[in-house]
Amino acid sequence: MKEKEIKFLEESFKKYYFDHFDLIHVPERTSEREFGYQKFNSGMTRHISLKDDKELHLLLMQNIPSDVYCSNAYYSFPNLSMKEKDWKEADLIFDIDSKDLHLGCRKNHCVTKCNECNQVTHLSDFCQNCKSSKLETKSLPCNNCIDASKNEVKKLKNILMEDLGVEENNIHVYFSGNEGFHVYVYNSQFQEIGSRERSELVDYIMFKGAIPETFGMKKMKPNRSSFPNFEDKGWKGRFSKEVFGSKSKRSKIISELITNGYSNFQKNLETLSFKIGTQIDPNVTMDIHRIFRLPGSLNSKSGLAKVFCKDLKTFDPYTESSFLNENSIEITAHCPIEFKLRKKKFGPYNGERITVPTYAAAYMICKNLATID
Amino acid sequence: MITLGKDEIAKYPFLADAGQYLKDKGFTLQQFGTDPDLKLSVEKALDRVQVSADGKIYKSDLIDGEASKDYVLEREVFSFLLAIVLLKLTGMNTLIKRFSLAEARRAEKYLEKDLANITDESKKELAIRIIDDLFSIQIKKLDDYFIIPISNYLTHSINFHEREWKLINRHVENGYVFLTPHETVRLIRKELGNYINSKIINAKTPSMIPGFEDQVAKLVNLSKKFVTHSVTTGEYPPCIKHAIDVLEKGENLPHSGRFMLATFLLSRNQSVEQIAPLFKNAPDYNEKVTLYQLNHLKGTSGSGTQYSCPSCEKLKTQNLCFAIPECNNIFNPLQFGKKERK
Ligand code: SF4
Ligand SMILES: [Zn+2]
Ligand SMILES: [Zn+2]
Repeated sequence: MKEKEIKFLEESFKKYYFDHFDLIHVPERTSEREFGYQKFNSGMTRHISLKDDKELHLLLMQNIPSDVYCSNAYYSFPNLSMKEKDWKEADLIFDIDSKDLHLGCRKNHCVTKCNECNQVTHLSDFCQNCKSSKLETKSLPCNNCIDASKNEVKKLKNILMEDLGVEENNIHVYFSGNEGFHVYVYNSQFQEIGSRERSELVDYIMFKGAIPETFGMKKMKPNRSSFPNFEDKGWKGRFSKEVFGSKSKRSKIISELITNGYSNFQKNLETLSFKIGTQIDPNVTMDIHRIFRLPGSLNSKSGLAKVFCKDLKTFDPYTESSFLNENSIEITAHCPIEFKLRKKKFGPYNGERITVPTYAAAYMICKNLATID
Repeated sequence: MITLGKDEIAKYPFLADAGQYLKDKGFTLQQFGTDPDLKLSVEKALDRVQVSADGKIYKSDLIDGEASKDYVLEREVFSFLLAIVLLKLTGMNTLIKRFSLAEARRAEKYLEKDLANITDESKKELAIRIIDDLFSIQIKKLDDYFIIPISNYLTHSINFHEREWKLINRHVENGYVFLTPHETVRLIRKELGNYINSKIINAKTPSMIPGFEDQVAKLVNLSKKFVTHSVTTGEYPPCIKHAIDVLEKGENLPHSGRFMLATFLLSRNQSVEQIAPLFKNAPDYNEKVTLYQLNHLKGTSGSGTQYSCPSCEKLKTQNLCFAIPECNNIFNPLQFGKKERK
């Protein structure tokens, strides 16, 4: 990104932060949190502690960050170095990102930008113009991506509530501002567990590391009656629904499973993990020292805000998280894919000069698909 | 502290206050060194330590946790308390570790029996209270199972390598893990061992008691077998640290873990002779076999190909990975500490 684009984004971000203080708050137990931020084209500043909304707003106005973060952990001394912070506990967090879902639609709305000659084309392995293989991929997620991510959130919430005993009002879902959702769990029994324990929760949620014995299969003489039932709680019940399909087929399928043998059963379990497991980013949940995008702040990958989803089912990120202003601006756009923001269609653009509202211009500039000359 | 009946002290002697117990019975340590009848208990104590050093569990005179005669009970408790005195006089930590682990396993059997006891409610209550008092794990009984909060379960289960302990392979419901009595006590074996270990470490070391010299000399001799020369240099990744830890405690490391450790250290240019002693504490240690296997991995015998350290991904599936944030973005333990975080 060059000077002009950065200046434009900084001005638009600043205006958002100035006009929308009501949307950006410090989280509870503020003084125990670590904050951090990034400016356009520069590194991360961490180990900041803040007292209240006022201090946060001051930080935003003074630095005009491209991204703002806050720890899910609580510390005695959040502004000291990692070693001296004195970690107390951390909310459980999850990151669900549509790019990890291996969706078929993705190739339709991904573009590659050549780092050598700046040519933008539909997804490919090398530049059509100069044959370079130094490419950046940019995605403009579609509704299918959002629906698929929502479905993962639904699966996650179900496991959290049914299996892990988390109360629904302690689960908060946010749109990440780009391609997915962030889920927070507050006040649970898991506040104080460490990274290794969280990694076990991750495997549980993703359905990883299951052994055939857990689902009734044995190397020697498996017993039909030890296979799961539809009424079973937890993974056994979900396994039944997925593998048997219906109660009437249960018996027949158990016979097949037994005939196919132990090692095939193991393989089945591995494939099942992609179907019934919830696709979360394991590193995010395991990291107990992470600073995570602050709710209400803007995501510099899109210019959209990270916002709370009151009703996930009806939530539409492309209207509900777009807050930049409507002022017109002239840009040169290389965005060969159509996108929709605030119910308005934009593109495709193939290098033409266009005049669009700031929020749409920022969306393309953030994705490095437009310039201001 | 929990008040214990006579047979309970014999089952869980580590709960007793040693000095107080002897005083209550009207004996001094010195008497055990001189009185021929009492000296039998010292021999029994020696045996108790020797058996544990062998990785076995001492066979008690209790039958089903009960003793027919009071003096049998007493001797049980004496031999435990005297074993500690001998260990303190010997001063070898490896022997203390092994003894603690063996005694933990012995107590485990009784705890399990007490938990499963359906005729005597008080026995079950006591076992539940011991587990709560010592390890702050709140167990509740639900039908045929004992249920414990998932977070509690995890802090213990992450130390196990076997896949059946993974949360995914457990019956989990509404925030709780369901366990049988056997699994419940198995879960705390390590902590029970640590508890006994720390009790011994924190006990005062008496000055030599006349009449104990022989037994102490025997134990000093025995302990020579277990001296290890640690090879820790440089910052190791958690998976490697963990493997070394397991071996140093004399616990069993699965074959895959040994393979990882050996190939890792060989790649870090440690010699076979430097690595071999690490495996000394393994319950099935055999020097010849270990050297042969290490040379094989190094490629100096047989096939001639040097084996390389498995990838993090592979180790994850073998439950040998204990990733920490510093592990982000690396694919092989050998890269640990070498790559910058993104
Ligand atoms: S990520 Fe790799 S290096 Fe880190 S603990 Fe796991 S296996 Fe070891
Ligand atoms: Zn090019
Ligand atoms: Zn899509």
